Amino acid sequence: MEKKFMKGNEAIAEAAVRAGCRFFAGYPITPQSEIPEYLTKRLPEVGGVFIQGESEIASVNMVIGAAAAGVRAMTSSSSPGISLKTEGISTLAGAQLPAVIVDVARTGAGTGQIYPGQNQYNVATKAPGHGGFKVIALAPATVQEAVDLTYEAFDYADRDRNPVILLADGVIGGMMEAVVLPEPKTAFPEKRDWQIDGCQGRERRVNRSLDNDTVKLEQFQRDCAAMYERWQQEDVRYEEYLTEDADLVIAAYGTSARVAKTAIRELRKEGFRVGLIRPITVSPFPYIAFDKLDYSQVKHILAVEMCIPALMVEDVKCAVARRTPVSAYTRGAGFVVSPDEVVGAVKDLISKGGAQ
Amino acid sequence: MQKTYARPVSLQPTVSGFCPGCLHGMVCKLVAEAIDKFDMREKAVGILPIGCATLSMEYYNFDMVVSAHGRAPAVATGYKRCRPDNLVFTYQGDGDLAAIGLAEIMHCANRGEKLTTIFVNNGIYGMTGGQMAPTTLVGQKATTCVNGRDPAQAGYPMRMAEIINTLEAPVYVARFALNTPANVLKAKAGIEKAFKNQLEGKGYSFVELLSNCPTNWGVSPEDSLKWIQEKSIPYFPLGELRNN
Amino acid sequence: MENSLIIAGFGGQGVILIGQLLGYSATAAGKNATFFPSYGAEQRGGTANCTVVIADEAIGSPVVTRLDTVIAMNEPSLAKFESWVKPGGTIIVNSSLVHKKVARSDVRALYIPANELAEQLGSEKSANMVILGSYLGASQALAVEPVIETMRVKMASKAKFLPLNEAAIRAGKELAESQCAAGKGAQG
Repeated sequence: MEKKFMKGNEAIAEAAVRAGCRFFAGYPITPQSEIPEYLTKRLPEVGGVFIQGESEIASVNMVIGAAAAGVRAMTSSSSPGISLKTEGISTLAGAQLPAVIVDVARTGAGTGQIYPGQNQYNVATKAPGHGGFKVIALAPATVQEAVDLTYEAFDYADRDRNPVILLADGVIGGMMEAVVLPEPKTAFPEKRDWQIDGCQGRERRVNRSLDNDTVKLEQFQRDCAAMYERWQQEDVRYEEYLTEDADLVIAAYGTSARVAKTAIRELRKEGFRVGLIRPITVSPFPYIAFDKLDYSQVKHILAVEMCIPALMVEDVKCAVARRTPVSAYTRGAGFVVSPDEVVGAVKDLISKGGAQ
Repeated sequence: MQKTYARPVSLQPTVSGFCPGCLHGMVCKLVAEAIDKFDMREKAVGILPIGCATLSMEYYNFDMVVSAHGRAPAVATGYKRCRPDNLVFTYQGDGDLAAIGLAEIMHCANRGEKLTTIFVNNGIYGMTGGQMAPTTLVGQKATTCVNGRDPAQAGYPMRMAEIINTLEAPVYVARFALNTPANVLKAKAGIEKAFKNQLEGKGYSFVELLSNCPTNWGVSPEDSLKWIQEKSIPYFPLGELRNN
Repeated sequence: MENSLIIAGFGGQGVILIGQLLGYSATAAGKNATFFPSYGAEQRGGTANCTVVIADEAIGSPVVTRLDTVIAMNEPSLAKFESWVKPGGTIIVNSSLVHKKVARSDVRALYIPANELAEQLGSEKSANMVILGSYLGASQALAVEPVIETMRVKMASKAKFLPLNEAAIRAGKELAESQCAAGKGAQG
């Protein structure tokens, strides 16, 4: 397989095209603008549609129109723009429409800064919009994984008729790395008995997120809750790295996980038994991975996150359920955590008796 | 005997739930008749807003997408670009189109999307209970301007047809009123023209319809028609602003 | 083997380009590589830098603060990144524009007059290619021929610069190798 050295954002865009994405609408925002810049050229080559929307709000609503038409559709943005898209993401979930939303996350509240951050954890996993719905949120740690997860995201979206978030950060989006691109998909779900294409030979269809029949609406909410439960059983994905003999386990996703891996290799050379649990689906969160640890052995769990305060650590605490202490090492404001810092944080914990 | 007047097939055989005297039912009928005329019911897709116009999802007899408040033109854009052979229209009220959805309508029109907008201007928020709209007339009372609209506070009513007409791309921009049979017939012809433009692939058409809200205006249905004649039309002049 | 470097200079000096060429070349050579650009709010006239990691194994962090090599194309870059080099690492200084010396004694310092050398070869514009060559000479991270081949492919649209760029890469490599051999750049 040929390896191509590609920028993360462009690789995500190409993977979407190969997954059958034929509609994209988006609005410029750093650090993801290469995605629309790539797709404005690429989509017309495959008969797809690219639109630069007048706002993130308009863009996600254009995606709603395309999704209702039965077309695989995507939008992308970065943290502040995702805030604007949440109305539309919520509509997608309420109207049972599939779509992929890419968040190349940056740091801070408000405009914050354009530099990379993992501050979007709660948005992606807890509240990607109003109304208490959930989405599958996939968090790549390499450009290759960003490609693979984007490629699969469309299938999850179609399967569930629900939006899927690809939660990258400015490092993954901006860096270049070798990737193997997947073959273009040719087989798609055939029967979209919900799509809006004109009522020829059938009853009319209304796609909507509102339902005046509250009994039906409550049932829909129960069905969604059951789907979220199913995700927990069937779709959780995570990587375990050297956890078997570990007495200290790092929990990290995305960029901070790959940094943590480098740190773990260095720590191992010095004889420290450190491992890593890396959620790939941050939603559904891999609580199960923490159940598999041997708590007579694991003396501490350290979440490493590029946001202040740490956010994923709350899910880690929930998973660990006080079986061992949990703390976090954080960098914020766009500073990318370094392997040295992680090594230092681990040694610090060990010297305080957190682990052997 | 020949039947000369019947319910359009593009309307469901149900009873309207709009308030007594509300002209939304009239708009639904005119749109449905126009779609029937072009035999496009099986290709028609209505993009509905949030507001009283949303109720029409119960009445139209063709496919629809109900958008979030103000976003119908963006949803319609995405839809029409993916399915250019469908007859796509947005059906929007004044709060939806002229307030929260102003960006979406302006840019949809500016891009010259090959679709149709039916804009129902009754000068008030109906569904939420009579709050001031961008089209509420100066001095007109509403629940959020109890002493009447004060331009010093709220500016002046927005003439959306004229605003849309400043753009290069639209091919048809017109305003009609629904207060008299003669005006209704003109509106009907305008709606047909707007759909015809789309079917011919000509571009974007915008039809503003001066409507009423007896409930929230606090007047009888009959007086609401007089209101349109005496108050609305002088501020929102009727006619085809552009017919390319 | 893992080689990490940061290439820093003014915007417009072509530091991003040579970083990307290293990444493309490493991929073509079957190695792993990451390229990470610093991005600032200003797109012109500010400082530009990129981090490149070339390795045989999987690469952890694409952002590195303890580097094998620092390339300083201008004086602010030397000031900013001098302390980021590991002891025993290398600092390549574009001595055409940087008149300060490397203060540290625990690293190898190479002084490459990239602009002058490039100008002698035909155009100052190829100064970044001289520096690219000097990195290959100093680090031996990649063979020079595949890098030249990658440069030819990626810069095919600028055909008239290709012979000059190739000469610049070779000249930079030679100069760096001779400085290394002479021990000029040796520690201390």
